[in-house]
Amino acid sequence: MLIMRHELLLIAITVILLLIEIFLPHDKKHKIILPAILLMALVTAAGFIPGPTGVLFGGMYGTSALILLMKNILNIGVLIVFIQSVSWLKLDDQKEKISEFFILLLSTLIGMDYMISSGDFLMFYLGLELATIPIATLAAFERYKEKSAEAGVKLIFMSALSSGILLYGLSMIYGTTGTVYFPEVAATFQSTPLQILAFIFFFAGMAFKISLVPFHLWAADVYEGAPINVTSYLSVISKGAAVFIFTIILYTVFAKIALMWRDVIYVIAILTMTMGNLFAMRQRNIKRFLAFSSIAQAGFILLGIIGQSQLGMTTVIYFVLIYIFSNLGAFGVATIISNKTGKESIDDYDGFYRTNPMLSLTMMLALFSLAGIPPIAGFFGKFFLFAAAAKQGLYILVLIAVLNTIVSLYYYLLIIKAMFLNRSDQPIGYFKSDGYTRLGLAICIAGILIIGFASPVYEFILKLSYGIY
Amino acid sequence: MDILTLFIVIPVITMIGIVFCKDHKQVKWAAAIGMGIQLLMAAYLIIHFLMERNAGNTAEMLFVKDVVWFPSLNIHYLVGVDGISVAMIGLTSIVIFAGVFASWEVEELTKEFFISLILLSSGVFGFFISLDLFTLFLFYELAVIPMYLLIGIWGSGPREYSAMKLTLMLMGGSALIMVGLLGLYFHSNPSGGQLTWSILDISKVHIPVDVQKFFFPFLFVGFGVLGALFPFHTWSPDGHASAPTAVSMLHAGVLMKLGGYGCFRVAVFLLPEAAHELGWIFIILTTISVIYGAFGAVWQKDLKYINAYSSVSHCGMVLFAILMFNKTAMDGAILQMISHGIMTALFFALIGMIYGRTHTRYINEMGGLMKVMPFLGVAYVIGGLASLGLPGFSGFVAEMTIFVGAFQNVDTFHRVATIIGVSSIVVTAVYILRVIGILLLGKIKNEHYEHLTDAKWHERLSTGVLIFGITAIGLAPLWLSEMISGGLGPIIQRLLLAGPVH
Repeated sequence: MLIMRHELLLIAITVILLLIEIFLPHDKKHKIILPAILLMALVTAAGFIPGPTGVLFGGMYGTSALILLMKNILNIGVLIVFIQSVSWLKLDDQKEKISEFFILLLSTLIGMDYMISSGDFLMFYLGLELATIPIATLAAFERYKEKSAEAGVKLIFMSALSSGILLYGLSMIYGTTGTVYFPEVAATFQSTPLQILAFIFFFAGMAFKISLVPFHLWAADVYEGAPINVTSYLSVISKGAAVFIFTIILYTVFAKIALMWRDVIYVIAILTMTMGNLFAMRQRNIKRFLAFSSIAQAGFILLGIIGQSQLGMTTVIYFVLIYIFSNLGAFGVATIISNKTGKESIDDYDGFYRTNPMLSLTMMLALFSLAGIPPIAGFFGKFFLFAAAAKQGLYILVLIAVLNTIVSLYYYLLIIKAMFLNRSDQPIGYFKSDGYTRLGLAICIAGILIIGFASPVYEFILKLSYGIY
Repeated sequence: MDILTLFIVIPVITMIGIVFCKDHKQVKWAAAIGMGIQLLMAAYLIIHFLMERNAGNTAEMLFVKDVVWFPSLNIHYLVGVDGISVAMIGLTSIVIFAGVFASWEVEELTKEFFISLILLSSGVFGFFISLDLFTLFLFYELAVIPMYLLIGIWGSGPREYSAMKLTLMLMGGSALIMVGLLGLYFHSNPSGGQLTWSILDISKVHIPVDVQKFFFPFLFVGFGVLGALFPFHTWSPDGHASAPTAVSMLHAGVLMKLGGYGCFRVAVFLLPEAAHELGWIFIILTTISVIYGAFGAVWQKDLKYINAYSSVSHCGMVLFAILMFNKTAMDGAILQMISHGIMTALFFALIGMIYGRTHTRYINEMGGLMKVMPFLGVAYVIGGLASLGLPGFSGFVAEMTIFVGAFQNVDTFHRVATIIGVSSIVVTAVYILRVIGILLLGKIKNEHYEHLTDAKWHERLSTGVLIFGITAIGLAPLWLSEMISGGLGPIIQRLLLAGPVH
């Protein structure tokens, strides 16, 4: 029981929220916001209580201290998304669907938790689907907007396609090894041509989910069309969870062909960083912009994965943790601007600092953290990721990655330039952001400022990562 | 708390204090007080350091403070100073102090301006006291980033373009440095065992020559970008020209020295064999820097561009001297860093003050300014004479030492490079005297200029401090030179062990 406590708690609050929803009158749906956030905060806090770890259902499900930490990280992220979406949920279009939003989001989170905890490919696939399908609904949440509906349809098609590819690969693995359990697959894996093919299908399927180049093109359209809070969820939490399980499977199941996937990741990392950056540079819509920048960030994460060691695992988790705070910080500011003024173009941000200094400073911190500027957390995250790759002697790859961070710095500076340098005749006027938005942004800022300096965070993750590789 | 950490803590406290200030006046005074304390602390540090040395403390670094930060990666907060870093700290605190007073009339977003300026300076202080490569790099980047906002918001001319160009080129340099540092770290213990980021520890190991040759260009070019190494100097003229006065001062005066300091403290000191083998490439590049910068300054008509190109030339001389691998030249390199730092800060301060009155920086539009603003005129002449190396000022001591040292290398290659380098002094004289002639002497070209006022009190204070620095070094170079030599000892020793020194 207690081993599965994260999932059970989430299921419990989902049910509670459903019950509350039933008893709420039609015009008072917004009353669910506070209980939802409080319950999520409780679950997040409860996740940190130490408890038993182990294996359930004959190895189908398993947790370790590290996996618990990953789930906690996801919980924190979802909590921030909850808080940040309040201002959007209170708008007229959404106010009747508030509880659906929370419940769908929670069910995807449950799916992700099962996916991370999976001990065999069946559980993995089950979790993956549970995590994906509700997101398609969420992407189409603003159903009166054509783009939102389009995003939902695109997402469902793309995930169906990638799931198909993934499943094909998994079936080949089952066919050649006769088992779906991770440890047994790892033990019997012999890198015959068919198994290599299976690996490639698996890899491609996962690359779709993490939106690595060349499987990234769905991301921009979906991110642009989906409501901005769903976009932030997709590009941060959902991507983070996929990265976690991807790393675990690569490190444990496919450890034998590490030399092979290392080369694959080498090439894909370079492509993903470079393409993501080059596309991000040209974007004028803030959502598309952040979408492409998050593709580039996924490319950086691959550098940690390629590190193939305790250091690699640690830096990936550490980076994702920091990335959650930084990216949600940037999305949080974009959200509140979009909700208050309906403006989503970077050109509209001209002169924003002079009217709304606090929000601009928040955005600047978040963007600097994404770009990896000291002394904020992003710098530490990136430095350690690159160190993990450098440890393998891949200095050329590190050089390309560092040069890519300079390119990314360029386009992050473009937003800062718009906000701080440019003057505008019609800047976005001053507006007062609500308490929830401020709380969400304050959490992000605290994370960005503290996680880097506080070396115990890093050391803690490192300690837990021992043995996963 | 140890004295070195205070050099980072005081700027941070000052910044927090500025946040709570109510109006322009309070902000300015908060900044001035904070940086004044910093200047006093620097003076105290120098005296304290000399006393320790005289008392016979021969440790390589003094006032060392070592706190473990990331135990698993062996990252420490490790600070300590030798004579060279003490001298650089002194330079920085003089320039930032003068810079605060030079920007007394910033009206727009005053708070943000001083916070960015002081943030920049805290990065510089941190850089000079760090002995751990990770924290060194952290402070290095911290010093570069505020430049974007400083130039972009408060700059003039094509400020957005210049700010972006400068930031991206300098961050490009730091990209190379990062690769180099990671390389150093993962090879810091060839026999296996605990890896280290500590400069002192790495300087005691022998890194395989192949590895050294791979990483040396990364580090030298990376730091060289900030030191205006040809052909990576192009950010410098645009950046300096667009930057507001105090930023130009700090940037040319101190930030460019980060490049030179990094080149010899990290690149040459830690990878000596590679420095010997690959040094010739960079000697060619730095020689070009020296002479090209000098000629560049001759063609320019904008005062700031003239000074920016002259900075390229002078900073090129620093890198040039470092690559001569002998004590005299290196001694000169450090002296040149300090001398040029103060001198160029003086120039940029004066240019800012003149521009604030005449609203033009084109020398052809000005003339006879000596008659209307004698104080600024005389200060400009002093700066100019120091720049062209007149005895009695700091420039002479520095350049003399460099070229005496450079001439100790007897082979043809070094000789030719040295001769080309020396000839830049003549070119320097040309552009300095030309500017003084056009700008200060002769008739007043524009009748509006006749009613201009001379320097105000804060401007006099700013220039006074800097002129004091120049003459103090020029008239009594020995104490400084001695302090630097003490710090150079271990570096020269390691270089001697590594290869032939002529």
